[in-house]
Amino acid sequence: MHNLSVSAISRALAAGDFSSVEITQYLLDRIREEDTAYNSFISLAGDSALEQAAEADLRRSKQSDVPALCGVPFAHKDIFCTENLRTTCGSRMLENFVPPYSATMVEQMRAAGMVLLGKTNMDEFAMGASNETSYFGAVRNPWDTACVPGGSSGGSAAAVAARLVPGASGTDTGGSIRQPASLCGVSGLKPTYGRVSRYGMIAFASSLDQAGPMARSAEDLARLLELMAGFDPKDSTSIDAPVPDYAASLNDSIAGIRLGVPKEYFADGLHAGTAACVEEAIKTFESLGAKVSEVSLQHSRLAVPVYYVVAPAEASTNLSRYDGVRYGYRCADPKDLHDMYTRSRSEGFGEEVKRRILVGTYALSAGYYDAYYRKAQKVRRLIKQDFVENFANVDAIIGPTNPSPTFPLGEKTDDPVAMYMEDIYTIPANLAGLPALSVPAGLVDGKPVGVQLIGNYLEEARLLNLAHQFQLATDWHQLNPLTGGEQ
Amino acid sequence: MSVDRSDIEQVAELARLRIEDNSVDELVSKITSILGMIDQMQATNTDDIEPLANPLEASQRLRADVVSEADQREALQANAPATEAGLFLVPKVID
Repeated sequence: MHNLSVSAISRALAAGDFSSVEITQYLLDRIREEDTAYNSFISLAGDSALEQAAEADLRRSKQSDVPALCGVPFAHKDIFCTENLRTTCGSRMLENFVPPYSATMVEQMRAAGMVLLGKTNMDEFAMGASNETSYFGAVRNPWDTACVPGGSSGGSAAAVAARLVPGASGTDTGGSIRQPASLCGVSGLKPTYGRVSRYGMIAFASSLDQAGPMARSAEDLARLLELMAGFDPKDSTSIDAPVPDYAASLNDSIAGIRLGVPKEYFADGLHAGTAACVEEAIKTFESLGAKVSEVSLQHSRLAVPVYYVVAPAEASTNLSRYDGVRYGYRCADPKDLHDMYTRSRSEGFGEEVKRRILVGTYALSAGYYDAYYRKAQKVRRLIKQDFVENFANVDAIIGPTNPSPTFPLGEKTDDPVAMYMEDIYTIPANLAGLPALSVPAGLVDGKPVGVQLIGNYLEEARLLNLAHQFQLATDWHQLNPLTGGEQ
Repeated sequence: MSVDRSDIEQVAELARLRIEDNSVDELVSKITSILGMIDQMQATNTDDIEPLANPLEASQRLRADVVSEADQREALQANAPATEAGLFLVPKVID
């Protein structure tokens, strides 16, 4: 039962093969037993999940026209506020925070009858690419538990790969959905900036943050995105555009579709095994009728430097709200207000978060604003323009998701800059606000690697169509880490 | 651009963070290496390029200045470290 996809569970519930309560109970038991090996969950919903499942079963028995995913279990990254369910953002700062409301995206999935099983582990405040900065301990990769799952949505990726949940939400500020999807052999989509509401999603870097789905197939991503996406007046940067039926175009032919391969994405630093898998994937697309050509994203090499100004600057501003007054951690026995602010923040935040707050504060401080923040915003425009120019000639861009397969825990924790390079191929789409996804494209020494597709604004349907056709032609997405990479 | 001990201490004070004495040197070296990586962007010519703040070039949507949320004082204060009579408690600010 745990191998069933979101779509398969939806069909089984409709056919009456089992109830939502049955699969919910089954997966809760499975998480309790198996997750000790991965640490992919921070909190389990327990009884409230069973109540939601019973409600879904009742709804299916009484209504003829229920939403397709009614009763399907799901997990949310612990960055999304969930009413009456602890939401920590992977931080000691929010260890005991119980939100009085749910994020808009959480509400939408709930309204469609999806059952919330629990909250997945993550890098603290989504700052990390290995899930080692979580206050609640590192997550382990189901393909090799000595290795990292990627991050920051590492808990969601590991839980989906380990068949603890059929799907989970993630957030992607610089690659935090796509990179862990790549390292764990699952599918993950970062939509266009503004496509999914940010209301109730704990803020990291507000001009980059975007929520999206993670699952074991592009078909599942399409069904999940349809529930997650939509205009929200409570998010001031939400896009007011209709949500298409993403599943409807999955089976369209991709013959004649123009794919651009950025030469900069195959330069030094790309693992030879990863490169071989991506090149093979490109050949598969050609065999399906896609027209492949080389393109240039000449400013993409500056994406990591630009990101490490913009994201820390926005984070230092967003995280100034944690002051020990209204919610979150407060130090013991503060002697005055200044002492309370300083000790609450110093004790509540972990090392990586503090480092980024310092870099961001520095970049925004008097005398450095123009040289760092303003300069980075200008180069950000150049990075976006590269994409805009290329999308006049190609329909999507294809390349590696990240430079190499998963690596051992601890390998990069002492070298922040080496860790930051994990996101070298994902960050450009965040800076430009474009949709992008990663799907499994092969194994290197028994460890999965992903291929990335980047699309034009609001063209999630095209990316999902391409990914689904790729998955009809390949079986990389069906390989199971629990059976040694067999299907 | 490199930073020294006093830069880090000054920025930490602005950010209301305390750095333990025995970790300042390591932090100086890590932040120097991060800033060195960031400085790769400095050589790019950005004359006549406008800064990009929102990737979709959108501006903030405004709404009428009217109350749109119900009063949830108790629910919101349930997460506060210290409250009394509906107020948030902080250490004494004025003598």
